[in-house]
Amino acid sequence: MSDTPAPLLRTEKLSRHFTIGNAFSRTSLHAVDDADLVINEREIVALAGESGSGKSTIARLLAMVYTPTSGEIYFRGRALSSLKARKDVMAYRGEVPMVFQDPFSSLNPAYRISHGILRSLKLHRPDLTSAQQQDEAERVLDVVGLTQAADVLTRYPYEFSGGQRQRVGFAQALACRPKLILADEPVSMLDVSIRIGVLNLMANLREQEGVSFLYITHDIASARYVADRLVIMYAGHIVENGPTEEVLRNPKHPYTQLLLSAVPDPRAPLNVTAETDRGEPPKVVNPKPGCRFRQRCPLAIDKCFEVTPEPRLLAPGHVAACHVATSEGPTQGALVGVTERNEQEVNE
Amino acid sequence: MATIGVSAGVDEAPTTASGNRSGRKTGRDSRFGGNLWAAIRSNRKATVGLIILVIFVILAIIPQWIVPGDPAAEIYARMASPSAQHWLGTTAYGQDILSEVIWGARPALIIALVAGLFATVLSVLIGVSAAYLGGIADDILNLLTDVFLVIPTLPLVIVIAAYAGHHGLSVLIIVLVITGWSYGARQLRSQALSLRNRDFLQAAKVRGEKRSYIIVFEMLPTMTSLIVANFLGAALYAILTASGLEFLGLGDTSSVDWGTMLYWAQNNEALQTGQYLWAAVPGICIALLGTAFALLNNAFDEISNPALRPVRRIRVKRTHS
Amino acid sequence: MSSEPILEVRDLTVEYAVARGSVGAVDGVSLDLAAGEFLGIVGESGCGKSTLLFAIAQLLSPPAAITGGTVNFKGRNLVGLTDKQLAASRWQDMSVVMQSAMNAFNPVKSIGSQFKDAIQAHEKWSRDRIKQRSAEVMKLVGIDPIHLKSYPFQLSGGMRQRAMIAMALLFTPDLIIMDEPTSALDVVAQRSLMVQIKELQEKLGFAVAFVTHDMSLVSHFSDRLIVMYAGQVAEVGTTRTVFDSPAHPYSKGLLEAFPSIRGPRVHMTGIPGNPPELINPPPGCRFSPRCPVVMPQCSRIEPELYAVGDVDVRCLLHVNGGVARV
Repeated sequence: MSDTPAPLLRTEKLSRHFTIGNAFSRTSLHAVDDADLVINEREIVALAGESGSGKSTIARLLAMVYTPTSGEIYFRGRALSSLKARKDVMAYRGEVPMVFQDPFSSLNPAYRISHGILRSLKLHRPDLTSAQQQDEAERVLDVVGLTQAADVLTRYPYEFSGGQRQRVGFAQALACRPKLILADEPVSMLDVSIRIGVLNLMANLREQEGVSFLYITHDIASARYVADRLVIMYAGHIVENGPTEEVLRNPKHPYTQLLLSAVPDPRAPLNVTAETDRGEPPKVVNPKPGCRFRQRCPLAIDKCFEVTPEPRLLAPGHVAACHVATSEGPTQGALVGVTERNEQEVNE
Repeated sequence: MATIGVSAGVDEAPTTASGNRSGRKTGRDSRFGGNLWAAIRSNRKATVGLIILVIFVILAIIPQWIVPGDPAAEIYARMASPSAQHWLGTTAYGQDILSEVIWGARPALIIALVAGLFATVLSVLIGVSAAYLGGIADDILNLLTDVFLVIPTLPLVIVIAAYAGHHGLSVLIIVLVITGWSYGARQLRSQALSLRNRDFLQAAKVRGEKRSYIIVFEMLPTMTSLIVANFLGAALYAILTASGLEFLGLGDTSSVDWGTMLYWAQNNEALQTGQYLWAAVPGICIALLGTAFALLNNAFDEISNPALRPVRRIRVKRTHS
Repeated sequence: MSSEPILEVRDLTVEYAVARGSVGAVDGVSLDLAAGEFLGIVGESGCGKSTLLFAIAQLLSPPAAITGGTVNFKGRNLVGLTDKQLAASRWQDMSVVMQSAMNAFNPVKSIGSQFKDAIQAHEKWSRDRIKQRSAEVMKLVGIDPIHLKSYPFQLSGGMRQRAMIAMALLFTPDLIIMDEPTSALDVVAQRSLMVQIKELQEKLGFAVAFVTHDMSLVSHFSDRLIVMYAGQVAEVGTTRTVFDSPAHPYSKGLLEAFPSIRGPRVHMTGIPGNPPELINPPPGCRFSPRCPVVMPQCSRIEPELYAVGDVDVRCLLHVNGGVARV
């Protein structure tokens, strides 16, 4: 290992299973299995996947809403399972807050905007006097772009638009002086023209406040816009992981390639793949070993049905869990990578 | 269908509260204070109910200014028909019916409001906690609620009242609370369940708030209209059941109360002997007060759930081209 | 494509009754749809696109109502007709695909029995013919007809949406109206559904009016595109022209608000501000408070739709092109 600084957050074989049915049933839904995730300081990591891929479950595991079924989460080197005292748990919650997807239900409608921010301050920065808390509340609102902060604090959520409410959500997270903000699809429910503003906010916060983000999304394009690294999930497994541009140029996992080919881009000509994929991600209940993408993968070999692929380092910083993927370029024979298609854009 | 929100924004004016992709309606929530008053005034049911309730409240507070003297005094001519001195006539014992009816408003309201209040407190505590805590706690609380729900009320009430020995207002109230909380608990639990997954509750949990804090300070404030509607329902239940008990003679038969009036009227075969007013008037008062509560209950349901409100129709000015 | 449009909407106006008066959700919208044409209607929330669609299909209910304009479908004005009069063309000539199949399907009936209901509402076919047609349409959208026995919850999201489209095809209508049918689906399922719809359209020849907030989604499939803003048509023209050289500053801003996964990574700004409150729209051009190239007269004069080459655009920048519509 070179002398890269220690990661801010690291998960090791993180798994979360849910028992379906009554307490005696043995049916287990594997929402997340063996996830190895790394988030460094001042970094935006995008966790992308379809719904049901397990990305929201990972967010909730990191937010200590769920406890892991197995595996461990290390924050600043310390295992979360070792945090027993309320004081320690609260310290963690202050350093790793969460922003939610739905701006219309993430703020309590019965209270003014000041409520959430002041509660965060009260719980995580009790050393501040109430005058200082008021100042800090105004400061964080200012930082997120709601510049008439003193006025904003006195209003109710219903007076604001979706984009403004999401900014309030970020302000609440900032009030705790966090190191890592877990953003669970923060722009999915916003209008397109508003999304960019919120994504720009995240990038600014990374620069100016030194905050890292785990940006959970199903929209690869927005992930590319804002993230330093891209993690792709499928059916509870992390299938690919690496620097954003690298993953987009050389997608190693066939699922990543499928995902990239399905992203609509008005500026590119239509590329209808010969076999339009009709599959759906499997419901992972009591799974057998083997790659979970095997039913839909055009490159599946026998091994894929028997042995679960382990993540392998295939290029600097670029990891993929696929038996067929190699270190040279995008995996051949599947769907083409992004640059190759650009080369095919000969005549419009 | 696209919906349009109406509100003031913070940044540039003009703005709406609809910058969201889901196009959800973002109309005014029922804020308390000015908006509550406006909500009541605009809802016809609420206005009527409130007027009736206010009339009874006035009668309950200052009966002595309207009908001075002791209502139970048996000093007048017996079974007199309505006249200038006795607007509703007199009872078989020589009591002025109007006087009794007006003085009877106070115990009726006390029973309704106090029993309603305590029953609602129990409903809220048990129902909302069951919804939020989930798991085994939910199962146990549900079992408790179901047991009380299933017990036949009137026999239980009769047994307790008879067993309690002395018949007074407090016994009545206790009995009503014990038998009246379970229905509301059920309702509030299902309503709380639907609210449980709202993101702001998750946000509070992730922020590090304690569970008791979340239930009391994050969840309940968003359920105020529902709780008030529940209270009004409990008050309705209380007044009707209390009157029934008193009619059976299980209340304090020496008190001046509408139900007790019905008891004595029945004992003296008022309807058979032509003393219609003695039986009818207290009955009508019970019904009116009950109606007031029912109307307000409906109105609060509508206030808290816009889907129940009457739909406006636009006057269509067709321009034929 | 024949030259006679099968759908002609002229000056359609829809208003909602609210406490303070009425809100104009759709304000004087006109559009033409030729047989077999794929028309995309895009815009953000609150622009009126879904209301427009429902108004065309005559599915509005109080507090919304059509207060002006005509909707000529195959020569007949649908505005003001009773349900009975509309029944003749509903589903047989025009059908609707809703946003969420889970909401549109009855959860307690099987897919097949819902198809049967739809058929029996309009025709008296024999049981065999109903079965045969149901299996046919399922095969058209790529679902095994055995799923006619399934309940909606047993199908995956993508399959449900395709079943909805199958139901819309029962009588091979001339026009299918689609209200964001892909928004509940994931990217991969979205893509395959769009390709499927286009294939069916080319095979069966029906026209499509497709409403979405996602401009990039329709870019490869629609023949013409309407961009709506604040209840009005901001721009309308052939898809390629609108994408390659958007004439309206709003269309331009909207297009530029989609980050791309190809090409260089550039800083984007989106469109500042929020759409206007329709109960009291701003004077002059409704986009002027947010427009990056606003001119002084924009807040005084209300622009009409002006013809500029292949497109009609509601912007004073192009006023010299002449008024496109009266």
